[in-house]
Amino acid sequence: MGKVARFILRRKGGQGWHWTDIVTWFWLVGGLIIMFGPAIWLVFSSLKTPAALAEFPPSILPYVTQQVTVEGHDKPLMLYNAKMPDGSTRVLAEVRRIGLVAQMVDPKAPAEIVRVNINDRTPVRTMSFATENYTQPFVHFDFLRYLWNSVFVTVVATLITLVVNSMAAFALSKYEFKGRSIAMLVILATLMVPLSVIMVPLYSIISTLGLFNSLWGVILPTVATPTGVFILRQYMLTIPDELIDAARMDKASEWQIYWRIVLPLTAPALAVLAIFSVVWRWNDFLWPLIVLSRRELYTLQVGLSIYSGELNVQWHFILAMTVVTMIPVVLVFIFLQRFITTGIAGTGLK
Amino acid sequence: MTTPSLSAILMAPVNAVMRMIDVPLRRLQKATGIGGMAAFFLAPNMLIFGVFVLLPLVINFVYSMTGGTAFFLSERDFIGGQQYSRLFQCQNYLDPMSCQEDAFWTAVGNTFWFVLLQVSLMILTALITALILNRELAARSFWRAVFFFPVLLSPVVVGLIWKWILQRQGLLNFGLYQFGLDPYTWLTDRNWTFAATIGVSLWAHMGFYALIILAGLQAIPKDLYEAAEMDGTKPARVFWRITLPLLAPNLLVVVVLALIKSVQVFDEIYVLTGGGPGTSTLFLTQYIYETGFASALRNPGLAAAASILMGGVLVVLTLIQLGIGKRGENKGKR
Repeated sequence: MGKVARFILRRKGGQGWHWTDIVTWFWLVGGLIIMFGPAIWLVFSSLKTPAALAEFPPSILPYVTQQVTVEGHDKPLMLYNAKMPDGSTRVLAEVRRIGLVAQMVDPKAPAEIVRVNINDRTPVRTMSFATENYTQPFVHFDFLRYLWNSVFVTVVATLITLVVNSMAAFALSKYEFKGRSIAMLVILATLMVPLSVIMVPLYSIISTLGLFNSLWGVILPTVATPTGVFILRQYMLTIPDELIDAARMDKASEWQIYWRIVLPLTAPALAVLAIFSVVWRWNDFLWPLIVLSRRELYTLQVGLSIYSGELNVQWHFILAMTVVTMIPVVLVFIFLQRFITTGIAGTGLK
Repeated sequence: MTTPSLSAILMAPVNAVMRMIDVPLRRLQKATGIGGMAAFFLAPNMLIFGVFVLLPLVINFVYSMTGGTAFFLSERDFIGGQQYSRLFQCQNYLDPMSCQEDAFWTAVGNTFWFVLLQVSLMILTALITALILNRELAARSFWRAVFFFPVLLSPVVVGLIWKWILQRQGLLNFGLYQFGLDPYTWLTDRNWTFAATIGVSLWAHMGFYALIILAGLQAIPKDLYEAAEMDGTKPARVFWRITLPLLAPNLLVVVVLALIKSVQVFDEIYVLTGGGPGTSTLFLTQYIYETGFASALRNPGLAAAASILMGGVLVVLTLIQLGIGKRGENKGKR
């Protein structure tokens, strides 16, 4: 133990501990608990039964009180460890509770009623995962539908984003034409036009085009991302023009140059944009909330917020659905986090 | 004969489609010339931009000068600047309740305090985090990932996680209970709810800003620190004389970026509090959304006018950011 501690506490060059080291570790460990704790709490909670969720103080892990069916009683009874006056403990099932006294029976000898003070008994609990929280929403709510809608929006929007943005970036990086800098300026200027500023007129345009209550109404306004054009253009500028000139000599068409030469060489930047786009579209909330008013069209985010805003919140389902909604993003985090962090550090854009 | 790889099999239909597209495009290229193809490549993006970003931006001004509840412009009456004067009609400009649109001014006031507190706390915590991550750490990329984790979560998930923690049987009350304190219904208390909105948005976005500041820190030349160390300069002095001045341009960009995002605060707060209790966490974007769409007495014109005022603030902030960015670029060129 002492060896391990010395290894962990060891400092480079054998120097002693400075107060900044203590602050550092305090901040890092505190950060670890604060950043991951809430999400872990969510996952544990999502595996609890409604009864366990209503308990206070809550248990960290999902426990349920054990029940037994006892001869002569229709309903299953709760099992308790009861402390007897003589100091021994017995496992008893509770029949009913009257004031401070619980009437209990031994499951093996159900005829005899034992009276126990309620402070002298503790429930027999075992760990149990309420997996029905995860399976029931597929039956009770249109959960599968929402999942499908979210996947559809995310995949289609990302594909269109990649094609449309890379074409524009190709034009803006590999051609000289009048108005190129104006086009670039217009695209960058739209960075400062967030949805909250244009949602009223955008809604009217979507309705005019007949895209209200349609997943395409969610997809189309999001695909021409200025960030995407910017990232891809910066990358394409590094592709040597000689390569393109050589292809033109070999009678390649401009489309072939775009498709066969420039796109494969832009793959790393396209991958970064694809990851960004998946996270953006999966997480979109306000715009789908405005465009989609029919239940069968809700995305996961909209469905979750609507159900959690209802008067009688069924938290056990909401928590499980929240975990499912979190899964793709957690996968991205685990496997692709490096690309995102370097992408953000490089461009300062999210 | 070699067996084709999996990717080749998967790409075969895509390549076939691309070859098919190439045929008409070659004709187009013959007609327009090589330079003309630039317009073709730019067209889809610009078309979507035009229809879904630029056009709404222009119509928004028209919207803000019309009245009625209809959404189609042709069915709306021109009323000039009435929506704006309605927003600004107040007996006492310091008291939102004396205004005709008291909800708007409540939202403006809430947003102001939110932005002020959230951005200053955000920069402070993000700077500390970045400074710590910039030290010589074991498993630095792991620790960086720790602080970045909530950034990727969806606002709805963030809102629900914290709603679950702050509710009566939640984790926070459980923690207090362990110390023998009484549980409290945090989300029914105006002040605590407001504090919670700031805390939750800090939790969700701090890692993003820490990451940008960290990139700035890593761009500071190492030899400066080595020279300072050789001179025996105290760490505090190194921070004030080397780190902070060299980080300043990066930090300014981060401040403005945080301001721009903070002014538009909506998603996670809407899920967490719904603007309540009362109107204590009603922010501008929610006001625009509810005035334009959700309330029974919806008034798209009024919502458009409010959104233009908010857009004005954002444009000013963005211009400041671009100005700073340009100065930084010039410095970089030397």
